Amino acid sequence: MLTPALPPQGATVRARRWRRLRRAVALPLAALALSGCTVPSFGASPGATSSSKSVYHLWQGFSIGAAVIGALVVALILYAVLRYRRKGDRIPAQSQYHLPLEVLYTVVPILIVFGLFAATLVVENKEVSNPKTNVVVDVNAFQWGWKFTYPGTNALVYGQTTQNPEMVIPVNTNVRINLSSSDVIHGFYVKAFNFSRYALPGVLNQFTIRAQNTGTYFGQCTQLCGLYHSLMWFRVKVVSQSDYASWIATFNNPTAEAAAKAASKTTSQQTASLVPSKPSSTKFGR
Amino acid sequence: MRVEAKILLGLGLFFGLMCAVYWNWSLENAGGVMMFAAMLLCFLPGGYYYWWSRRMKARPEDDPNATQESGAGVVGAFPGTSIWPFTLGMGTFFVVLALVFGIWLLVPGLGLVFWAMIGGTAEGRRGGTH
Amino acid sequence: MTDVLNPPVHIESPDHGHDEHHGPTGILKWITTTDHKIIGLSYTVTAVIMLVIGGAFAEIIRAQLASPNGNLVSLAQYNELFTMHGSVMIYLFAGPFAFGALANIIVPIQIGAPDMAFPRLNALSYWLYLTGAITMLSGFFVSGGAANFGWVAYAPLSNSINTPGAGADLWIGGLLLTGFSAIFTGVNLCATIFYLRAPGMTMFRMPIFTWNMLVTAILILLAFPVLTAGLVMLYCDRHFGTHIFSVAGGGVPVLWQHLFWFWGHPEVYILALPFFGMVTEIIAVFSRKPVFGYKGMIFATLSIAALSLGVWAHHMFTTGVVLLPFFSIMSLLIAVPTGIKMFNWIGTMWRGQVWFSTAMLMALGFLFTFLIGGLTGIYLASPPLDFFTHDTYFVVAHFHSVVMALVLAGMAGLYYWGPKITGYLLNEAIGKWQFWTLFIGSQVFTFPLYILGLEGMPRRVAVYAHDAQWKALNDLSTLGAVIIGVSTILFVVNVVVSWKKYPAGDNPWDGHTLEWFTTSPPPHHNFYRLPQIRSERPTWDYNHPGHQALHHGQHDEPSQPAPEAPVS
Repeated sequence: MLTPALPPQGATVRARRWRRLRRAVALPLAALALSGCTVPSFGASPGATSSSKSVYHLWQGFSIGAAVIGALVVALILYAVLRYRRKGDRIPAQSQYHLPLEVLYTVVPILIVFGLFAATLVVENKEVSNPKTNVVVDVNAFQWGWKFTYPGTNALVYGQTTQNPEMVIPVNTNVRINLSSSDVIHGFYVKAFNFSRYALPGVLNQFTIRAQNTGTYFGQCTQLCGLYHSLMWFRVKVVSQSDYASWIATFNNPTAEAAAKAASKTTSQQTASLVPSKPSSTKFGR
Repeated sequence: MRVEAKILLGLGLFFGLMCAVYWNWSLENAGGVMMFAAMLLCFLPGGYYYWWSRRMKARPEDDPNATQESGAGVVGAFPGTSIWPFTLGMGTFFVVLALVFGIWLLVPGLGLVFWAMIGGTAEGRRGGTH
Repeated sequence: MTDVLNPPVHIESPDHGHDEHHGPTGILKWITTTDHKIIGLSYTVTAVIMLVIGGAFAEIIRAQLASPNGNLVSLAQYNELFTMHGSVMIYLFAGPFAFGALANIIVPIQIGAPDMAFPRLNALSYWLYLTGAITMLSGFFVSGGAANFGWVAYAPLSNSINTPGAGADLWIGGLLLTGFSAIFTGVNLCATIFYLRAPGMTMFRMPIFTWNMLVTAILILLAFPVLTAGLVMLYCDRHFGTHIFSVAGGGVPVLWQHLFWFWGHPEVYILALPFFGMVTEIIAVFSRKPVFGYKGMIFATLSIAALSLGVWAHHMFTTGVVLLPFFSIMSLLIAVPTGIKMFNWIGTMWRGQVWFSTAMLMALGFLFTFLIGGLTGIYLASPPLDFFTHDTYFVVAHFHSVVMALVLAGMAGLYYWGPKITGYLLNEAIGKWQFWTLFIGSQVFTFPLYILGLEGMPRRVAVYAHDAQWKALNDLSTLGAVIIGVSTILFVVNVVVSWKKYPAGDNPWDGHTLEWFTTSPPPHHNFYRLPQIRSERPTWDYNHPGHQALHHGQHDEPSQPAPEAPVS
């Protein structure tokens, strides 16, 4: 059998290898440092709410990690296939194990993973927290449209498919959304919020958003819900707090109230039994 | 045999630990039950292999220095050809179609299934064709 | 029944001692065969047909999305198309191709076994798979059309009120059949690997492909029963008036998602691990080196299997009713063993002699494509980023990167092992064209989808009229799909052109493992003789004495004889 022995020049070979490795890692990091404060968006956008901005920064963090690791792996693959492409019938050294190296590329990814997990937890805890607020919107999804009611007021918005019902919320205010479904599972998704949540039958899903920019944002059902899933659209209109108050007040006008009631009559009858009155008893993840 | 047992027991142990952490943390039953069942499903064959591995001497395939001659003898009985898998498959096909198109399809379906079960068993006992 | 003896005792020469001369012939031979190679070939042909059918669905989907308000198909037809595209690709192509086709053919030969442990059960698996495929696809021919609730069939959309047609029942029936087919194959593979290894083939000398198939088989046995149970519950809800998944009767819709994804995420690894195994073998052979970190590779595979049962709810982050931190950390941790595999593949090529055959090019294409799919998967393990991208095209792009990588790996497997089974090589020139079209097509197809997802385009929509700016990116993706279609046609052309044209010989690639020791195609019970097995590369050791694998710090003996010419 073969006797394990290090060749005399082993140490220098290894030192050279280390220098080369250090250079390979240092270059992209340096490039990143030079680009400084203008961290690229990696395709995402900061969005319109306070948590959407945290998600955006988390996205940037993950992307930097992915870009560095991806570039390193691509460089290694390209180097290996180009440098060691077949040049003859010589049989290369049949080396199979290099324990220190294997430990290195097991331990370093574990550390990276726990770093990513820590960053995740920070943003996640912010997103799933439900601070006290007095602006509450009950969002009810159905095949194929949305109904927005504002408990304690007469305000009600209702619309099917491309009617684009508009959920009006005040800017710089915590808004509690009580999300429910009256038939199948739907997905409440507003791109500008960098956020989505299922509307589940039998479950009252609660989350809080705090819009920071006024404007009208497009929303859409993202969970397949049947024939008109593609067209189950809505809009979120973020307005100033005074505009919001006057918008709510318009519903105290009796004619508007009657019109809204008539519009919602059909759905509220068929769905009343399915919508839970209080949040489900799930305690985890929040 | 020892390695096979250890793989299954190790996986089962991991599923058991994961189940304990998950069930206690989430109080969600579906996942807890499924992970617990996964643990049992690993312990069942794993325990069997482990029990045997302590009572038998290493087989030629477990012996790193075995020669081909040390495995000489009968490897096993293998059928050359058999019609019964096809018959059983077609019977099962009809049984499933009965779920969709009506209960009457169970008649040919179960008929073929029982015929194939009897035929296949008899083939195994008799020695069958090859 | 024939008693099969160990080769050295049983058979002296290839000329006598076979059963195949006096067996049935023609279609009866195909129906009655229990030979794992013929069953495997049937699986291969059926699975490739399924790939073409699923691919055709994909082309129609992409053609529909080429314009924002496309009217190539109706909304209802579109729902059927993407449901069946996903179902055909996942249930009828990827899984059966991996553990039905290639594992069936290769695993017994790699461990020196004469057949699978239960040959008749193996044949039954194939018939259940074929009838399952027919059942599922026949949904297109019943009134109401095929299943249209997505390949995940979320309750309550899949109940009898929302999806009344027979197509949905045929989908459930087809899945029950293919599910049992998979379970039987899993049992068979486990028993074969545990009981039919050749003398000296210890567990830690099995080729990585066989190892991965063993772990896949264990995962099949853990996961598929859950799916089958879920399907039975779904059927009972639809027809027997139970309310397991319906709120009105006191049921819980989310339970379906728990059952489905408890199968569904291990299923991802059931699909991926066999292809990882193929790539490992191919990279090692075409670098003329042993698999780097062989034991680490096995450990990584086992860790993936162990973790894969604890990550299912990362598909359910946005339900709001799952434990986010647990599933997040478990999902993130899977990146570690996957990364180990990636570095081991690179380590295998390092200082090797990398030979750019079509199989190796496909395997390298796998590395790049899988790297993208793997890195984007890490984002989805983080709940806030999943809330952001869930059910958008980002997720679609992520798993299409992964599955296109698997298709590349599967093609690598066909180019690598095809000659062993048929005795004939495929044309390398057409193969390289196929590689470049498939590889470039995959990137052109998936890359725009990532951007579309980040711009907010949801999946499973037939129209996107409100944001016509998405048309350019969708068109680019459609172009990619067309290029992939061209590559599929090139593959068919290659099979036709190369039909019985380039005899392969027994060992065209200077292979490492036992399948390259026997003839091409192998005889009825696979071997006339076996070499001494002293490592995981018995054929290599036999052909290249003095070139055993070295540990860290070991070096070739100085008095090394000059290496002999390669076998081919």
